[in-house]
Order: sequence, then structure tokens, then C-alpha cells
Amino acid sequence: MKIITGNDLKSGAVTWWDGKGWSLSVNDAVEVADDAAAIIAGEEATRRVNGAYIIDAEKTDAGIRPAHIKERIRALGPTVRLDLSLDPSATPDRVL
Amino acid sequence: MYSYDHYDQAMVDARVAEFRDQTRRRIEGTLSEEKFRPLRLQNGLYLQLHAYMLRVAVPYGTLSSAQMKVLGDIADKYDRGYGHFTTRQNIQYNWIKLEDTPDILADLAKVEMHAIQTSGNCIRNISSDQYAGATPDEIIDPRPYAELLRQWSSFHPEFLALPRKFKICVIASDTDRAAMKLHDIGIQMVKNDAGEVGCAFYVGGGMGRTPFIAPQIKAFVPLDQLITYAEACLRVYNRYGRRDNKYKARIKILVHELGLDEYSRQVEEEFAHLLNQDIEPPLAELERIKAHFADPAFEQGLSDDLDLSNPKFARWVKANTAPHKVPGYTIATISLKPVGGIPGDASADQIRLMADLAKDYSFDELRVTHAQNIVLPHVKKADLFVLWEKLVAADLATANLNAITDIIACPGLDYCSLANARSIPVAQKISQRFTDNGKEETLGELKLKISGCINACGHHHAGHIGILGVDRKGTENYQLLLGGSEGADTSLGQITGPGFNEDGIVDAIDKVTDFYLAERQEGERFLDTYRRLGMAPFKEVIYG
Ligand code: HEM
Ligand code: SF4
Repeated sequence: MKIITGNDLKSGAVTWWDGKGWSLSVNDAVEVADDAAAIIAGEEATRRVNGAYIIDAEKTDAGIRPAHIKERIRALGPTVRLDLSLDPSATPDRVL
Repeated sequence: MYSYDHYDQAMVDARVAEFRDQTRRRIEGTLSEEKFRPLRLQNGLYLQLHAYMLRVAVPYGTLSSAQMKVLGDIADKYDRGYGHFTTRQNIQYNWIKLEDTPDILADLAKVEMHAIQTSGNCIRNISSDQYAGATPDEIIDPRPYAELLRQWSSFHPEFLALPRKFKICVIASDTDRAAMKLHDIGIQMVKNDAGEVGCAFYVGGGMGRTPFIAPQIKAFVPLDQLITYAEACLRVYNRYGRRDNKYKARIKILVHELGLDEYSRQVEEEFAHLLNQDIEPPLAELERIKAHFADPAFEQGLSDDLDLSNPKFARWVKANTAPHKVPGYTIATISLKPVGGIPGDASADQIRLMADLAKDYSFDELRVTHAQNIVLPHVKKADLFVLWEKLVAADLATANLNAITDIIACPGLDYCSLANARSIPVAQKISQRFTDNGKEETLGELKLKISGCINACGHHHAGHIGILGVDRKGTENYQLLLGGSEGADTSLGQITGPGFNEDGIVDAIDKVTDFYLAERQEGERFLDTYRRLGMAPFKEVIYG
């Protein structure tokens, strides 16, 4: 699937497009088909997101898993400071 | 230490006000990200993997306790309770909010600090020897010259849009502790035969994807021509540096492509021209700056005796202290490399504690080292045991300076958007392994440096053992380099061969260090044995 991610303009927090707005959890991300470019343009214009882009991901039993390790680390938090992760069940292996 | 005059403070305050306005306009929507991005970068604010990252300049790595305390307070108030000290002797915060940044810059300005020119194609923060002003092996304190260069390069209108970033280092000792020859310009303060102090200039060093050791371009520039000569070097670069290709834009490529002779001929020509333009600041200004760096009120006639009956203390003293120029004093390094920890990270409480310790035991002064540690430059030996006990209590007393566990590691893929692989977990595994197997102490001096990509922020080219993170079809892979050094005997490491995964690289290092232990001759460090034997036998041991 294709999903959209970016950073919140004011806080810089990693966010994911959930169909209506921007969620802090990757698991809320929704498939964006052909309308991704329009969503990004509109959301950046209203400054709800900064530097948004489309990425590949897949749906798994554990939730949505971005294809690239970099995006998995963005979704999870730094693997060396999981105490700072928003996901209490986070483990370093989850990015591998 | 230097303290701001009216002009310095006015410039920094004006910049805070300007950035406050720019940030407001960005949040309101009258500035696009495209327009705002260069403005925030000029104030050290990057957008990284998880949030904004703020890089704060620590000029030539020197801090007062009051400044250090504010760095700790910022970590608490605006970040997540910690900061990361970097190989550029600066500090980075990883979880900064754009809307808070003007307030952070205002807090910094109150203690004469800022984040100006910590990003972008300008002259960056000047680096120097962390032992400056304290070590007996320097000919003079290099910091006044670094400060003069800081003032010259701050907001220098001609050099704010160079072909690429520009890093300058100033040292004054043959024992290079600041990787001087790996800077765009390295300056070593020297004495000529007549006993006069001047500067030897090295130009065109650097790491990144094409590492070069800076060759010497001029053996002696008199003190009253220092700025003029630096200006000439920069002018030639600014005119001919390659703006067409980002990867060829650093001065090292220009010097390499033109050849040192031709580059230096052009610099001489420009220098001759500039000497008639009267651009050198008056020597009185240098004297004014120098007065700020006068020695603190050292007590005279102190004894050098130390009670080393506590073996843990003795080990720390041996590993982490260095001789001081005044009898009865020592230079103490606080390792930010606890066993299995994150190199260069310190909590807000640790940062504030180090500030207090500097106040109580080091004439109010601290230094940040390019190896991501903190130095208390002027500690009375009589106070050393009490100081050490306080460090122990704060998990800051790891006795491993220059050992294999004193690892330099860049933030890597855990934080950095340019990374190919994580650096920190590899550092943690190596630190744990070599502590557990007891080899750390036996190995002696062994500088290990890790970068998460070819940009080489973690100095992997200059490690006795270097590790470079690469992306192999979407998975993290690590290349091993041997034989680099960043000291007086600067050399660039060579890649051993095919890369490894995270566990494989740790095993490979175990093997090469075992081989060294078996082969070393009396007094040889790992680097010396490698230089004597060459790459082949090490390769054999790894890939066999
Ligand atoms: C996380 C954000 C960072 C970014 C985006 C970044 C970016 C870069 C880039 C693009 C280069 C290559 C420049 C070139 O070759 O022209 C570079 C080099 C370098 N950076 Fe970083 N870096 C970051 C963090 C750091 C950190 C944390 C340190 C210190 C630990 C650091 C210190 C250096 C050093 C020492 C070099 C190589 C020296 C040289 O320029 O030749 N950087 N960085
Ligand atoms: S070396 Fe690469 S991964 Fe490491 S901090 Fe620099 S740019 Fe990031």
C-alpha cells in the first residue's frame, strides 16, 4: 500500500495521513491511491504538515509496516531510546 | 574566557528577534517552507527523522559553567531531557519544536551563545584543542586566534554563500588533539627561528565521500597577517570552488584539482593584493581578546602528590587525566561513553552537574572534545578524589579515554535523515563486548569511529578502526576500515573488504584486535602494529 507521512509544522512530530488529518500512529495511516499529490499539496498549503511524501508500506497482523527501515524508525522512535517511543510495546527488532 | 562586547551581544540579540519574526511568518503561512528552510538552517535548525534538531555552537569547544547550565536547562525545558555532544565540539538537541525555537535562542543569547552558522555554506564554528590554555605542550594558547577568526567569520558578507560548508581549526601543539589536518583550513600556531609566533596554514583537508589530508600551504604567516591570509585562501576558493556539483564543492576538491602549487600561487597573488587593502584587524584587537584568556588565579607551589590507593580511582586517573602546565593541577576528561551507552549523550542532570563541578573545581570552565567527551581543564590534584567520587555517583566516571570503548559515533539512522545505517547500536555492542571480555584495558589506545553514512560525521576515515554504515538493498551493512588516524600522524583508513551485518562487524573487530594482541611488539599501539604489518594479514584474519 501507499501511505503519506510528514512532520507537524510546529512541533516537528512525525505524522501519518489518516484520511481526515494527521495521526501520530503509523497504524492509523490509510491507503492513498491516485489522490496523494492533491492531499499533500492541500495539507501543506494549510500548514497542517511539513515536507509530506508518499511511501510504500504493508498491512500486517501487528499493524502497518513501512517498507524501508528509515520509515520504520520514524514510526517507532530511535531504537536506542525506546523509552521515548509513543508505542509502549516497541522493541528494537521491530525495525528490522 | 571570552565574553561578548556590546557588538557581539547586539548582533546575536538582533538575530534572535529576526528569527522570531521569520518563525511567526512561517507558522502564519506568509513564508513558504522553501523560503523558510534556508532561514532556519542559518539558525542551526534542521528537520531530522523524528523532529526538528537544533545545533548550538560552542566556539572552539569552550564553555563557562553558566553556559553549560543553560545547555542542561534547555534539554529539560524544550527537549526530552538530554543532549548530544558532537565531533564538531557542539551540542545537538533532537526533539525541538519550531514554535519553541525563538525562545531557546533567546535563552542561549542570555549566556552569549547562539546557533548561527552551524549549518549552510558558510564558515562554521571554529574548532580547537580541548586542552588549550592548560597543556604544557602548546607554544601559546590557540583560543585568542580562534576567537579572532570567529569574529572575522561571523556574518562575513563575502563568505555567507560559499560553494560549500567551511570548517577551520586552530591548534598550538604538535600533539594534534583536534583533527586539524582534516579541516578545510587547519592552522597550527608555531614559532619561527627568531622566536616569533605565527601560523602554519594547512588547506584542503576533509572527510566525507572524498577524504583528504590537508597539505601545508604556508609554513609561517605572521600574526599581523593572519586574517588577511585566511581571507586570501577563502577568496580563491569562493571564486573557483565548484558550485556545479555539490560533491565536488569543498575546498579539498579545488586544491586537489588545481594542485597545491597553482592554488597556492593564486592565494599568494590575492594575499599580495589584500595586503594593500588594509583589512587586518589592529593588533590591539588581538590584545583585547587575549586579555580574556589570561590564566585563572592558579595557586603556586602546589604538590603533585596524589593518593592512588583506591584502585578504581587510580585507573581513572591513569586513563582520564593529562598533565597540566601548572604544578599541582591536572586536566580531567569526563567520559560520555559509559559501558553500553550512547556516545556523546548526556542527560540534563548530568550536564548541570558538570556545570557545577566546573564551577567548584575548574575555575568555571569546561571544554567539549571532538571525541564527544567533556574536559575540566584546570583541576587541583588535591580536589581530584572528591571530584571523581561525584562523577562516579552520576555515572560519569568511566575510565576509558582513547580506549576501544571511547567510541566516536554519529547519530546515524536512529536520528539522522541522511543515514544509511544505525551507528549507535553498533557502538553499544562493541562497548559491551570489549568490556565484558576484558580486552578494553589490554588493548590500550585504540580509536574507534563510526559513521552512519559516507558524510563521515563520525570520522570513520580517521579511526584506527573505522566503521562505515552502508545500505545494502535496504538492509544495514557495515564496512570496516583500518589504519586511520587524526593526530599528528594523520592518515586515512583503508576498507578491509566486503561488509558485515551488525553482529558480524563486532566479531570482525574481535578478530583484528586478537591478531594485534598476538603480534604486537613492545610499546606498539594497534595503529603501529597495523602500520608495520600492513593490511594483508589483517584481511586474512577477517576473511581467512
Ligand atoms: C543529524 C544531522 C546531520 C546532518 C544532516 C549532517 C550532514 C552532513 C553532511 C552532508 C556532511 C558532508 C559534507 C561534505 O562532505 O561536503 C557532513 C560532514 C560532517 N559532519 Fe555532519 N551531519 C549531521 C550531524 C552531524 C553530527 C552529529 C556531527 C558530529 C558528531 C557532525 C559532524 C560532521 C563532520 C565532522 C563531518 C565531516 C567533516 C567534513 O566536513 O569534512 N555532523 N555532515
Ligand atoms: S555521517 Fe551520515 S548518518 Fe552520520 S550524522 Fe553524518 S549525515 Fe548523518
